[in-house]
Amino acid sequence: MAAEAIERYTADVIILGAGGAGLRAALAIAMRQPAARIALISKVYPMRSHTVAAEGGAAGVTQSHDSLDAHFHDTVSGGDWLCEQDVVAYFVEHAHEELVQLEHWGCPWSRTGDGRAAVRAFGGMAIERTWFAADRTGFHMLHTLFQTSIRYPSIQRFDEHFCVDLVIDDGRVQGVLAVEIASGEFRLIAAKALIIATGGAGRVFRDNTNGGIVTGDGMALAYRHGVPLRDMEFVQYHPTCMPGTGLLFTEACRGEGGFLLNSEGYRYLQDYGLGPASAEPRNKAMELGPRDRLSQAFWHESRKGRTLHGPHGEYVHLDLRHLGERKLRERLPQIRELALTYLGIDPARAPVPVLPAVHYTMGGILADGRTAAPLAGLYSAGECSSVGIHGANRLGSNSLTELLVFGKVAGEQALAFAQGVGHGAPARLGALAEASRAAALEPLQRTGSGERLATLRNELTRTMQEGCGIYRSAPSLEATCARLAQLRQAWHGAQLDDRSRSWNTEWLALLELGFQLDVAQAMAHAALARRESRGAHQRLDAGCTERDDALFLKHSLAYHDPAGGPPRIEWSPVTITRSAPGTRVYGAAAERAGVTLHA
Amino acid sequence: MPEPARAAARSITLEVLRYRPEIEAAPVWQSYVVPFSEDLSVLQALQHVKDELDGSLSFRWSCRMAICGSCGMMIDGRPRLACQTFLRELLPGPVRLEALAHWPIQRDLVIDASGFIAGLERIKPYLIPRQPRPLAAGEYRQSPHELELFEPYSACINCLLCYAACPQFGLDPGFTGPGLLALLHRYNADSRDGGRAQRMAAVNAEHGVWSCTAVGYCSEVCPKAVDPAHAVNQNKVNSAIDYLRHLLAPRGAPP
Repeated sequence: MAAEAIERYTADVIILGAGGAGLRAALAIAMRQPAARIALISKVYPMRSHTVAAEGGAAGVTQSHDSLDAHFHDTVSGGDWLCEQDVVAYFVEHAHEELVQLEHWGCPWSRTGDGRAAVRAFGGMAIERTWFAADRTGFHMLHTLFQTSIRYPSIQRFDEHFCVDLVIDDGRVQGVLAVEIASGEFRLIAAKALIIATGGAGRVFRDNTNGGIVTGDGMALAYRHGVPLRDMEFVQYHPTCMPGTGLLFTEACRGEGGFLLNSEGYRYLQDYGLGPASAEPRNKAMELGPRDRLSQAFWHESRKGRTLHGPHGEYVHLDLRHLGERKLRERLPQIRELALTYLGIDPARAPVPVLPAVHYTMGGILADGRTAAPLAGLYSAGECSSVGIHGANRLGSNSLTELLVFGKVAGEQALAFAQGVGHGAPARLGALAEASRAAALEPLQRTGSGERLATLRNELTRTMQEGCGIYRSAPSLEATCARLAQLRQAWHGAQLDDRSRSWNTEWLALLELGFQLDVAQAMAHAALARRESRGAHQRLDAGCTERDDALFLKHSLAYHDPAGGPPRIEWSPVTITRSAPGTRVYGAAAERAGVTLHA
Repeated sequence: MPEPARAAARSITLEVLRYRPEIEAAPVWQSYVVPFSEDLSVLQALQHVKDELDGSLSFRWSCRMAICGSCGMMIDGRPRLACQTFLRELLPGPVRLEALAHWPIQRDLVIDASGFIAGLERIKPYLIPRQPRPLAAGEYRQSPHELELFEPYSACINCLLCYAACPQFGLDPGFTGPGLLALLHRYNADSRDGGRAQRMAAVNAEHGVWSCTAVGYCSEVCPKAVDPAHAVNQNKVNSAIDYLRHLLAPRGAPP
């Protein structure tokens, strides 16, 4: 098996991942420098990427009474002051032009009566600034970007190619080794720069909104080569997901005026500093509070015995009945379809059962404000990246815009780097690729009686859910860390039914599980080390239940241990430019603060 | 089926058409028995097979919510998305699962979709503006009514069910087909676009819109109510108009 030659390709820049961020990066390069050769590699066809599932919208300051400053402050306070403030400033400044750019490429944004792009309210945003295409915003953004990319012949796609390793030589990224899934054949793609845009890692948790492909591949690939993962303990639970499957009911349901009700039919969020409960939606109040607070309120309602119980456990009600069928059809057609098809519920007539599920990884590959990793030639953008805008809790509708703003930056930065360096020595790259191929093929040659893949994966998602969920504590996290170490051992002996090469998705899923274990370890160990509560990271153990700026107004950095041990956690400072850490206030308190601010 | 029989169903049989190019010379049927529950989808049943019974069964899937377009297959002879088809609709079974009709099989339930991707690249599925518009000019004005004229056709998830439903595509794999003709119409019908003349070359060509024999099954199976049959009709109208214009004003006429 080792005798077959590895097919070789050469590009200037490789983009790994063809979702929103990867496609935007590819377009940035193709438009800036048509002569630059781009290799766009994805384990699925681009339009299958998980950007497709984003529903609600993309934020950018649009209305005349809104301001960049307001978007900045919503984002920084929403992130519990763990944001890189200089990066947030860049982000809000470039958000609107990117949404316009997408409009010029044909994105079917929903419109106001006079033909402008419409904006809707979103959680944690003081003023309506979320552009949307009904409730299929990510779908339309992805298809628009993919279809626009077809214009540019300099983008060479490697669809359905699975990346098994980065090729790093002479202190910089020089290429990747990928498997063509249909044939099982390996391809070495050499390049002068690499952008990782592979998305998040939500599939390490049992209840999640993510597609099956969201397995943290790019995060783990960079991590294994010494690049730290930053702020991995911050994992976002989306408060309104479908019991059993975790499928998402967009925050736009609440932006359009939906209510959350407990078993007594009571809008319980008013008990958690988000009230008072008014009939009309109010920005930054009640159901339009931030996602971390809403998911935590569910947990407390559960403790109080005020949730409902169904075949898939506890839930609360998302009540959309008062919006009426016409508005549901116009503004939330997919939500209506999901509820009808999957639950047999017409949201115009009955409340929809929902619960929190893992939705988004705030942390990711360490990136500076211009997307560069601390490894020459490596850049990252999108959910896999920690460029620094989300802090401890992402605001809904900031991430779709992030794909555009930082996808473009990553493309331009990677291109500039590639123009300044040459290609590496082919013989050396070939030798590195041979070694990576042997490691990737090893599971196909195992003999013995190890565990089934699914057994290990189920155990991974169970232990993450139980020990590293909405609320954590030192004992729960220690137990999860110990279990993850055992699972890593067991992974090396896992047995496959399928030893073939063409479309062997069992083999690829085992490689994905290896990525997931790396990412899960980074999450759990960073969570254990952060002995405070901030944003989406909430601890129950004594001394850790409050935010502690004196000790933990810092980013965590998880470093991979090449010897197979647990990650090493280090800390790095947070860039504070103009917003000193304060108290996050929502509901009436936020309105009072707003009055004071403007008085 | 009657309620008592439904309640009694504890398991259901899947009959899957397998083809592994390294093992079988031709496709063969294989049966799996999976536990039944009211809310289990065909995709979840397949995942159960892969996780617990036979890791070698291959199929595409990702989002689980009928938006990524990966999991199209023939389910009891009809093209459907596995993630939004429930076992309760298919009682008492057995449920027959095959790769999407009219496409080459790469393995098991996985088709070779490269022909569709090549077609996508041919039809210019992107906005071709009448004149360049700088970002500083802001967004185009487009009324909600103008949006409505093309938005339904922009909802195509490229799941290829309509191709498996299309008898003409079955006879002529070169036929542009319903999904791509709908997408082409989506751009032609967009008030911001000026590229119709360029795209109509694909529509008028031998494998273009006139190959359609108006069966309409494509629209019936579309999981997103895109109505490709209607888009194809619109293309036929546009194609006919272009032809007439060409006849009446052969030289110097604006497109």
